[in-house]
Amino acid sequence: MAARKSADKKPSKSNTSKEELLDHYREMLLIRRFEEKAGQLYGMGLIGGFCHLYIGQEAVVVGLEAAAEEGDKRITSYRDHGHMLASGMDPKGVMAELTGREDGYSKGKGGSMHMFSTEKHFYGGHGIVGAQVPIGTGLAFADKYKDNGRVTFTYFGDGAANQGQVYESFNMASLWQLPVIYVVENNQYAMGTSMQRSSSTPDIYKRGEAFAIPGEAVDGMDVLAVKEAGLRATEHCRAGDGPYILEMKTYRYRGHSMSDPAKYRTREEVQKVREERDAIEHVRELLLQGKHASEDELKAIDKDIKNVVNDAAEFAKNSPEPAVEELWTDIYA
Amino acid sequence: MATEVLMPALSPTMEEGTLAKWLVKEGDEVASGDILAEIETDKATMEFEAVDEGIIGKILIDEGTEGVKVNTPIAVMVEDGESVDDIAAPAANEDDAKDSAPKETDRPDGDKAPAQPTRQSAPPETDIPEGTDMRSTTVREALRDAMAEEMRADDTVFLMGEEVAEYQGAYKVSQGLLDEFGARRVIDTPITEHGFTGLAAGAAMGGLRPIVEFMTFNFAMQAMDQIINTVAKTRYMSGGQMSCPIVFRGPNGAAARVAAQHSQDYAAWYAHVPGLHVVMPYSASDAKGLLKTAIRGDNPVIFLENELLYGQSFDVPEMDDYTVPFGKARIWREGEDVTIVSFGIGMKYALEAADALAEDGITAEVIDLRTLRPLDYDTVLNSVKKTNRCITVEEGWPVASIGNHLSATIMERAFDYLDAPVINLTGKDVPLPYAANLEKLALVTTKEVIEAARAVTYR
Ligand SMILES: Cc1ncc(C[n+]2csc(CCOP(=O)(O)OP(=O)(O)O)c2C)c(N)n1
Ligand SMILES: [Mg+2]
Repeated sequence: MAARKSADKKPSKSNTSKEELLDHYREMLLIRRFEEKAGQLYGMGLIGGFCHLYIGQEAVVVGLEAAAEEGDKRITSYRDHGHMLASGMDPKGVMAELTGREDGYSKGKGGSMHMFSTEKHFYGGHGIVGAQVPIGTGLAFADKYKDNGRVTFTYFGDGAANQGQVYESFNMASLWQLPVIYVVENNQYAMGTSMQRSSSTPDIYKRGEAFAIPGEAVDGMDVLAVKEAGLRATEHCRAGDGPYILEMKTYRYRGHSMSDPAKYRTREEVQKVREERDAIEHVRELLLQGKHASEDELKAIDKDIKNVVNDAAEFAKNSPEPAVEELWTDIYA
Repeated sequence: MATEVLMPALSPTMEEGTLAKWLVKEGDEVASGDILAEIETDKATMEFEAVDEGIIGKILIDEGTEGVKVNTPIAVMVEDGESVDDIAAPAANEDDAKDSAPKETDRPDGDKAPAQPTRQSAPPETDIPEGTDMRSTTVREALRDAMAEEMRADDTVFLMGEEVAEYQGAYKVSQGLLDEFGARRVIDTPITEHGFTGLAAGAAMGGLRPIVEFMTFNFAMQAMDQIINTVAKTRYMSGGQMSCPIVFRGPNGAAARVAAQHSQDYAAWYAHVPGLHVVMPYSASDAKGLLKTAIRGDNPVIFLENELLYGQSFDVPEMDDYTVPFGKARIWREGEDVTIVSFGIGMKYALEAADALAEDGITAEVIDLRTLRPLDYDTVLNSVKKTNRCITVEEGWPVASIGNHLSATIMERAFDYLDAPVINLTGKDVPLPYAANLEKLALVTTKEVIEAARAVTYR
């Protein structure tokens, strides 16, 4: 077992097909436009409470979903809209949950942080930092128990990586060789606390070493690098070799939630990442340079996606509030 | 096509804000992500970004304007080539947000915006010397002042928690403390509640007096074992040799639409535990006086605050050393017909109900318990003996609630005085839903208090 750092290696782009690149482009753009719209609806008071946007981190879920197979599971924190869209959940149902309406995935009862889909094997949507990590480990336990060849993608943040239950999970996952991929979405901040101010050592991917879990750091802004790392990890898990850690070096462009005064980082820092490392821009360039798509074709895709998102927003505005009886349902079987 | 830029809601509790500064001017071209303006919310100054690209056609609200309601058009954006002169009256808003948005009055906090400080005064405490000046202070400031005063007085007192130092507190309660006391005494922790709670227990055994801020009490569940099994029991288990004088404080209870995992009232949970003191203030003066008592005391204290109350203003006495003792309820208003017992944000509903009842000639005696452990039974019992009726109001769940405990006590000790069964008003027996309409139904309301008061007075 060895921790390695694949962020340094250039991912091979030669064997990536045009269709694949276009798919990545579409999926990432869908997440971004969806999140921008969610931000807008929040500003208008149509979405309330906490709302954590995924803008900037799109390549992580899109790349890993490209490495997933039907039946694989995923679980994450409250910053979950991107994961749901990438897993194939309906933007309309997600947006309607954000507005707290009847047609939302949780009938309006869960909200932004708490959505689930049995059909898409999406296990939430968790508000307590770190709590999804043992749960994801348990999903993998069930898969191993059933011997069904499935893996579970368990996503958590750099801040969550300091919760004790993460390491309790690592130990059990390694001890019992569970098919779980721990995906650390290291966007460098936990609310206003940078990695350096919260973590004694900088490399989260190495934290499995003590438990004999291999890990690697990945450029989480490069969807192709993410996908390749995802394939290595799933292969490892499916071969019965136990858990795997992927530390995705990524960045969140927006505030932690909607009410974030953002005094902990400079405007320039954000701008620099947006300009130099943006995941969508990167694929856009590959498409144009490789002559896989013309500006006009990409514009048409943009337009399609805007329509999908606008439709979702319209749907979410017009869906009725849940019936008052719903207050008392779904508490017991 | 011209689009209006609307005053955004930038926090779960924001209903209006100050348009502090425009960072663009009319005619400027903006891209998505550019900062348009700085807006002051109830919690902080925030940058407001453009969502779409376009040109600033017209600025409708001048910078420096206060009290701009969420959703008010503040500017108009036009597309390239469009003339600013083409803009019709800003009423041409093609967005139907206003129609389909849940109505303002549907908000769980009712018609009173929590961000809008309302000035309220309680009857003076007997121990405030006559002629003492009173200063209108928010609960948020009162808590900070209490910590600062105690930290000045005792070097062993320190504050730790997530985002308490550099960020100035997730809810800005610790504003300025890092500047005054430095990083040795105001400490940002990693997100590791069980760990730092245990660490605080050890630090307390080692002679320090930690104040531990939980970003919200929902996250204290991660630390429940250390709180109950170590902190509450150390004095007893060590035969009195050592103890854990820690103050655990932070917001508790529902805020505004933050859903099931972030909206719970833990008053009854902690009140169950021998070895803990449990405090839940309503007013700013109580918040200050009780927090000072908590920090000085030799027992562990669970200090339950409320996000919706942070911005509310109350009169606080200007005294060098204002403390409020534990175990002493405060009678907010005297009455003859019914006793309403509450604490924390429940007091808001109790007092509003008392106002409404007074108009109909029913006088309610409203008691704020202030501390749940120790609990001032005598004040409640004496009142019930006078009014012969009692209702209790709290936000937590109904089973094994504080109200249940009070009812039992009243039955045991004042049975013959009762002219009606005691009614316990609580949150509904459900996890808190996100949907605006359901959330409102799940929480206790002023209307329910009024109805209960009518029921026990048979009026
Ligand atoms: C146990 C717990 N403690 C604190 C919080 C409050 N909180 C919510 S998100 C967050 C920061 C988490 O940062 P990170 O894990 O890096 O994820 P990111 O938000 O960057 O995606 C904090 C402190 C919480 N929800 N749960
Ligand atoms: Mg993070």
